Amino acid sequence: MSYPLIFERSRPGRRGLKLVEVVLEASRYIPEKFLRKNPPRLPEVDELTLVRHYTGLSRRQVGVDTTFYPLGSCTMKYNPKLHEEAARLFADLHPYQDPRTVQGALELMWQLSEYLKALTGMDAITLEPAAGAHGELTGILIIRAYHQDRGEGKVRRVVLVPDSAHGSNPATASMAGYQVREVPSGPDGEVDLEALKRELGSHVAAIMLTNPNTLGLFERRILEISRLSKEAGVQLYYDGANLNAIMGWARPGDMGFDVVHLNLHKTFTVPHGGGGPGSGPVGVKAHLAPYLPVPTVEKGEEGFYLNFDLPKSIGRVRSFYGNFLALVRAWAYIRTLGLKGLKKAAALSVLNARYLKELLKEKGYRIPYDGPCMHEFVAQPPQGFRTLDLAKGLLEMGFHPPTVYFPLIVKEAMMVEPTETEAKETLEAFAEALGELLQKPKEWLEGAPYTTPVRRLDEVRANKYPKLTFFDRE
Amino acid sequence: MDYTPHTEEEIQAMLERVGAGSLEDLYRHLPKEVLNPEIALPEPLPEWAVLEELKRLAGKNQPAFKAFLGGGVRSHHTPPVVQALASRGEFLTAYTPYQPEVSQGVLQATFEYQTMVAELAGLEVANASMYDGATALAEGVLLALRETGRMRVLVSQGVHPEYREVLRSYLEAVGAELLTLPLERGRTPIREIPEGTGAVVAQNPNYLGALEDLAPLAEAAHRAGALFVAVADPLSLGVLEPPGAYGADIAVGDGQVLGLPMGFGGPHFGYLATRKAFVRQMPGRLVSETVDAEGKRGYILTLQAREQYIRRAKAKSNITTNAQLTALMGAMYLAALGPLGLKEVALKSVAMAHRLWELLLEIPGVEPFTPKPFFNEFVLRLPKEPEAVREALAARGFHAATPVPKEYGENLALFAATELHREEDLLALQAAMREVLA
Repeated sequence: MSYPLIFERSRPGRRGLKLVEVVLEASRYIPEKFLRKNPPRLPEVDELTLVRHYTGLSRRQVGVDTTFYPLGSCTMKYNPKLHEEAARLFADLHPYQDPRTVQGALELMWQLSEYLKALTGMDAITLEPAAGAHGELTGILIIRAYHQDRGEGKVRRVVLVPDSAHGSNPATASMAGYQVREVPSGPDGEVDLEALKRELGSHVAAIMLTNPNTLGLFERRILEISRLSKEAGVQLYYDGANLNAIMGWARPGDMGFDVVHLNLHKTFTVPHGGGGPGSGPVGVKAHLAPYLPVPTVEKGEEGFYLNFDLPKSIGRVRSFYGNFLALVRAWAYIRTLGLKGLKKAAALSVLNARYLKELLKEKGYRIPYDGPCMHEFVAQPPQGFRTLDLAKGLLEMGFHPPTVYFPLIVKEAMMVEPTETEAKETLEAFAEALGELLQKPKEWLEGAPYTTPVRRLDEVRANKYPKLTFFDRE
Repeated sequence: MDYTPHTEEEIQAMLERVGAGSLEDLYRHLPKEVLNPEIALPEPLPEWAVLEELKRLAGKNQPAFKAFLGGGVRSHHTPPVVQALASRGEFLTAYTPYQPEVSQGVLQATFEYQTMVAELAGLEVANASMYDGATALAEGVLLALRETGRMRVLVSQGVHPEYREVLRSYLEAVGAELLTLPLERGRTPIREIPEGTGAVVAQNPNYLGALEDLAPLAEAAHRAGALFVAVADPLSLGVLEPPGAYGADIAVGDGQVLGLPMGFGGPHFGYLATRKAFVRQMPGRLVSETVDAEGKRGYILTLQAREQYIRRAKAKSNITTNAQLTALMGAMYLAALGPLGLKEVALKSVAMAHRLWELLLEIPGVEPFTPKPFFNEFVLRLPKEPEAVREALAARGFHAATPVPKEYGENLALFAATELHREEDLLALQAAMREVLA
């Protein structure tokens, strides 16, 4: 039996929440021609049916709260319940109310800006971007404005990204109107310095790097890379997806990065919510501060204020001031841990990854770039096994699989990021499960999973004949 | 407190296993120059003290519950049932549903959301959400430019000024031209569409709150080979003719008005709906129905070849994380209210706004600016600076008079009413306004 859709639970005339006592006649206020001729076919359900529907759906869903979720580059750590209560304290603020009546909110934003600047080693920050990729776009637009301002906008037309980069990096560079050039990784999995030298030049606007990179390896030649890019007038961009590994231990600013975006929904425990809302603040060095989007949060003599007076600003990238309630959660996380706690969390994320890597090697998994990994590592199954089947097998064993088939430079990749909030015995159980899967018959693996709410889904059919709404009858 | 489970013994055992002597050892391959920087952060606090500090900060704010402020965000009722269901850890702590077998909750809820949004907009399909209304507009316009292969955009001044600013940032990035069509007496005039225009954009109700008959503009856009993009408040679509019915090819808007907390501006969600013919140019995630290995109905992310993690530099957008949980809240709200409940909430806000308009116009020196008919927001010309009026009202416990940018005129302020307002609330605001403007 398929789980019913809310539309299938609907009964004509059934009512749920009634928020209005007196029903009014629309035509008293609105001329007929503006009025809707057919009501939207929204579900008609009572409140209990609504509760059962969504509670039932939630039971067909796993999250960090239910399941080990070692998705590489996603940092699926525990999201403290404290933060949900914290966010509720600020729920009733309107973005256009008098600034004197939101001094606490502005102070929190200002403080968080200071913490994030300190943690990244940057000079100025915007909290406006709504997600990591949005932060990337903001950062690249800032770089673009900088080059244009210096009269180099027309010649610097290329953004370099390593072949191991997150897909959002090249997509962002395209959105900002740049051509993208890939820089190959060397045999050690780090950026190939010689190849990079060949690509660098006065036609390059920026290099986008993740450090540690998507193989979980720290780019040890980062100071050399930043020296070379500085010499070439190229801006160095830090994709903060993997900051969790080094927070408190090392700062992108000290490594020579000019722009940094952070994923508050990864490193700083904002819940992922099934795909957002997130938050992607962008930090910059002083020379780029004039180009930040408006408004910035400033501390003045008469309190905190929103500064719209940035003549060289790239403009706005989002309405209002960003995903403010996500900022509250990140603030609570930083204040709970302090520097010592953040460093411990980072170190334990690394320790968990290295420990799990050893366990998987013992089970027969291969590590194509077996350097000292940071918070994540990339494994390959033994010859003859498909990563897809092992991932589906893990579902049957009660685990969420790692990120699979990424980074693209590793065949059959499994990118594993356990995070620091997982216990030793969880890592061991996960490794045991991956070991056991290698003992399963091939047919079993190819058929897995068996007992999940649904089994393998027909993706080809969904692509060929997408049915995107309940009323779509094609 | 750091939320890590490790005991000292476990840390030692694990360090030994990985061949490290200490936690510091895990970082010894980093360049010395960057290791262990001085970082000034406040000392850690126990849980109760974090809350205490947050409450101290929250105490410096004046909550704007029942605010009369408008402009894209309004004080509406957030149903506890929506809060409770959206707080379930399975929804809250899931990632993007890349493993559909264990993500049917988020996937099906998203499919239902797409259906509800498409219904509201009067269009065939909707994506899984965008960051907010402004970025939904920017991405909707980029979609129109991809479809038409053109690089010129004509936007009505009736579109929210912040949305236009975001649109400008996105269009500048790709080198597209943005032209503005100034309002005439509070409404978008029908003008000839400049040659080479790929997208024509207008908002209904517009930023000033006025209802716009956009069908002629949509026709003009189509005659010129452009697509028509409508910005529409989703609550209004419980009552008003949907964008699809007046010729919009793409509809976008912000979901906050569907019972989401104002949250000082976010997170909310943006919606984006369009025709099925454009689906392969759409940005963002899409969920499709399909079947599993046993023929059982299920849901899955589809047409992923549009997206950054498959297509990289050739993706339709770089969007990855969107606003899934807040979009889910919007869907829950729509399901909780149903078509009639939604219509009632929208109409009460319309009625209260019209009553407020009458009351405020009784005050000497206050003049109407938004032409009738309007919806649940309207602009008045005040005899004083709106910032000063807003401040003086706040001192009296009222949050009203959103200052309107000067491009629309001098001393203009926006007012809104919602289902939360009673006659006595409106009278109290009127009395406070009389004092402030005296």
